[in-house]
Amino acid sequence: MSDKTSVLEMRGITKRFPGGTLANDAIDLELGEREIHALLGENGAGKTTLMNILYGLVTPDEGEIRIDGTPVAIQGPADAIARGIGMVHQHFMLVPVLSVAENVVLGQEITGVGGVLDMRTAERRIRELAERLGFSVDPGTRVNQLSLGQQQRVEILKAIYRGARILVLDEPTAVLTPQETREIFGVLRRLRQDGTSIIFISHKLDEVLEIADRITVIRRGKVVGSRKPAQTNKDELAELMVGRAVSLRVDRGQSHPGDVTLEVVGLRALDDRRHEILQGVDLNVRAGEIVGIAGVGGNGQDELVECVVGLRKPNAGAIRLAGRDITRQSVEGRRDLGIAYVPADRQRFGLVLPYLLPDNFVLTRYGEVPYAGGLGGFVRQDQPIRNEAGRLAKEFDVRASSLDVAASTLSGGNQQKVVVAREFRHDLRVLVVDQPTRGLDVGSIEFIHKQVIERRDAGVAVLLVSAELDEVLDLSDRILVMYRGRIVGTFAAAEAQREKVGLLMATGEART
Amino acid sequence: MRRWRARLAPTWSKAQVPVYSIVLAFAVAAVVVIVSSAFTASGFDPLLPFAAYARLFAGAFGSGNGVANTLVAAAPLMFGGLAVGIGLKAGLFNIGVAGQFLVGAFAAAVTGAALAAAPTIVGMPLAMLAGGLAGAAYGFIPGYLKARTGAHEVVTTIMLNNAAALLLTWAVNDLVRAPGFSFPRTADIGQSALPILAGRNLHLGIAFAVAAVFVIRWILVRTTLGFEIRTVGANPSAARYAGMRPIFITALTMTISGLLAGLAGAIQMLGVIGFYAPGITASVGFDSIAVALLGRSDPIGILFAALLFGAFRAGAPLMQIETSVPIEVIDIIQALVILFLAADLIVRRVFRVRAPKIEIVELATVTGSWGAGTPPPGTAG
Repeated sequence: MSDKTSVLEMRGITKRFPGGTLANDAIDLELGEREIHALLGENGAGKTTLMNILYGLVTPDEGEIRIDGTPVAIQGPADAIARGIGMVHQHFMLVPVLSVAENVVLGQEITGVGGVLDMRTAERRIRELAERLGFSVDPGTRVNQLSLGQQQRVEILKAIYRGARILVLDEPTAVLTPQETREIFGVLRRLRQDGTSIIFISHKLDEVLEIADRITVIRRGKVVGSRKPAQTNKDELAELMVGRAVSLRVDRGQSHPGDVTLEVVGLRALDDRRHEILQGVDLNVRAGEIVGIAGVGGNGQDELVECVVGLRKPNAGAIRLAGRDITRQSVEGRRDLGIAYVPADRQRFGLVLPYLLPDNFVLTRYGEVPYAGGLGGFVRQDQPIRNEAGRLAKEFDVRASSLDVAASTLSGGNQQKVVVAREFRHDLRVLVVDQPTRGLDVGSIEFIHKQVIERRDAGVAVLLVSAELDEVLDLSDRILVMYRGRIVGTFAAAEAQREKVGLLMATGEART
Repeated sequence: MRRWRARLAPTWSKAQVPVYSIVLAFAVAAVVVIVSSAFTASGFDPLLPFAAYARLFAGAFGSGNGVANTLVAAAPLMFGGLAVGIGLKAGLFNIGVAGQFLVGAFAAAVTGAALAAAPTIVGMPLAMLAGGLAGAAYGFIPGYLKARTGAHEVVTTIMLNNAAALLLTWAVNDLVRAPGFSFPRTADIGQSALPILAGRNLHLGIAFAVAAVFVIRWILVRTTLGFEIRTVGANPSAARYAGMRPIFITALTMTISGLLAGLAGAIQMLGVIGFYAPGITASVGFDSIAVALLGRSDPIGILFAALLFGAFRAGAPLMQIETSVPIEVIDIIQALVILFLAADLIVRRVFRVRAPKIEIVELATVTGSWGAGTPPPGTAG
């Protein structure tokens, strides 16, 4: 960036973690004024470590940080904030029961006589700031009543309110819907106009190409390239990121659907807040077919999946497996009949994070022969469990230093591979996959997509739910659009155009 | 030597904070002893803690009698510690050991008295069984309430502790009062008493307790039930997803916990007390919580923690007699141990112990939001 001055320079940043892992290996990074600089890399490439160094959360072993050309020592977040660095973490750091205004001013409260909080002034300032950034937010609303997208804007507001000139966003779109992503991009552009410089961490190629002025790619702790969006494309970026040519397009091949395996009829169910979230869902999935459900998050997809696998009791309707009514079957009973499930939230449902890998590899099969035997299946059998874990780890390329590490120490991609390896067994009839690649890097996504297609070709009925419309479009043989608890449209893969499906997702109607 | 080190490393990494907590507790209690010595007739004595601790040790281990007293005091604490520990494994904090202990002791006393004339081989096992079952039933109540209605076990078990003490007082007064005594109590257990193994008072209960340690350890580590209990404690959502029934496991674990607490009451009754009278001490109930925490809910850890607390009880009288340091110092040490365990950051700072990679579920259950066992954050990103 010769035409812009650098507000931030990081030179030769090196960080070695105990155990010898080089998280950052002599990284150079330069951020221009009014620049949106994307930091692209796979999970575990060292992006977050680099930003934690900038924010003072991690001390580098070597290297120098300059702000406006002056070398600075950043000892902690307070230093970083004082120097105009703001950070929006992947997991929001808001107090759910406090209002927007209270969260924003937390630690920098405006007080009147005798230390009394002056929330009215705070609220006015926040409203003004939000308007300047191009969005509206009621400062009096409690944070736990906001959507994730809105919460993120509050985080940005908080950073700007504290005088951030350099804003770091760590995977800001990971939890957002496509609409929310578009809105946040609008906010970021407005911020850039206003004079803020932004570091945008991501592993999503489309987004990076859309929003960034410059893209720096990090692989295994090293900068492997820096590009301007106009001079590059997805394939080149993916190759830089992964270190080898990656196929971004899914080669789905021809499907050969057989008989209807999974059938859902007139399904109605309540959500956790006791609203009727499913209002009569009908669908079927044939053997050897992938049916994808497209929809904006919160339209009942999660509840539908939970009903199918037995985690939620429907109020009405029926679920059938090859003609047999399984509506009243337990989770375990359905699993025995050949229904496997990859849950959306691997850390909450799919894994027990403190457990070592073998126990996680058999988490849903712990009571089956040969993993349990003796005294009527009461005693666990260590050797078969270990053998199976070793086999699955190898087959699904789970990268861990040994089997005897806790699942919590694995990267997100490897955690997901553990879940997928466990669920994608060979005697399956129905495979329910919810957000199978959320938060994963390109290499892992490619791998998991291949596995899903392989299962389909083996005759499994696959029900896919994903917040990534592209994933649904790429993988599915048939696409259903879900809107406010109903299926409002069906597309064959060939005729599903992105715009048509997107419009139906947003409005529930084919034409408005 | 080095190989031994490598083999012991995982055990040591689990045990170091508890061990250091004990060391630190002794050190801080020593300061209390020194300071308070200035206000006694014998005057300020900076070496008093050494003398006191030496006597404490001698009292607990210095003679056959001392060892016997240590084991006798440790036995109910092992059962009680296991009761609390297995609950913590499932993410449950059973504060009701005191109540379940009393119910178990009472049932054992009444059954034992009824079979006082029968041979020991008949009366003693039946009295033990009655105590265990009564405790199990009393543990089932809060387990069922939690599973069905979500009523928090901490609240319900505290209430049930009071209910047990008062109900049993009424029962002894009005239902099973033995004639011929000036105060309300049950009849003698006679032949139903636990046989003496050695010395004056070392009864069979310690063997039962040690056996229980290994049975519970086997269940937790080696069986599918133990896997279910641990999974429900570590991550109830994942347990449900895996096809387990957290509701059932919760109720069952509280019942097992009550069973163990009831057995603690039964061996204390059949091995030491001999009859039930209102006001018998249920301090075992609360010491059990300390034992479970010190043992990190691990059965082997609980075995050693119970032996330590048993040694405190057995050695303290000699310490008081020979050095005039009051028995209450033991309570100070015990309290400090738990304090340092809960505030393990202090211990880690003092002894430069690195934080574990994995949050300890059991302690999170107690110190965190009651029973909600927050899963440790992942390392994604």
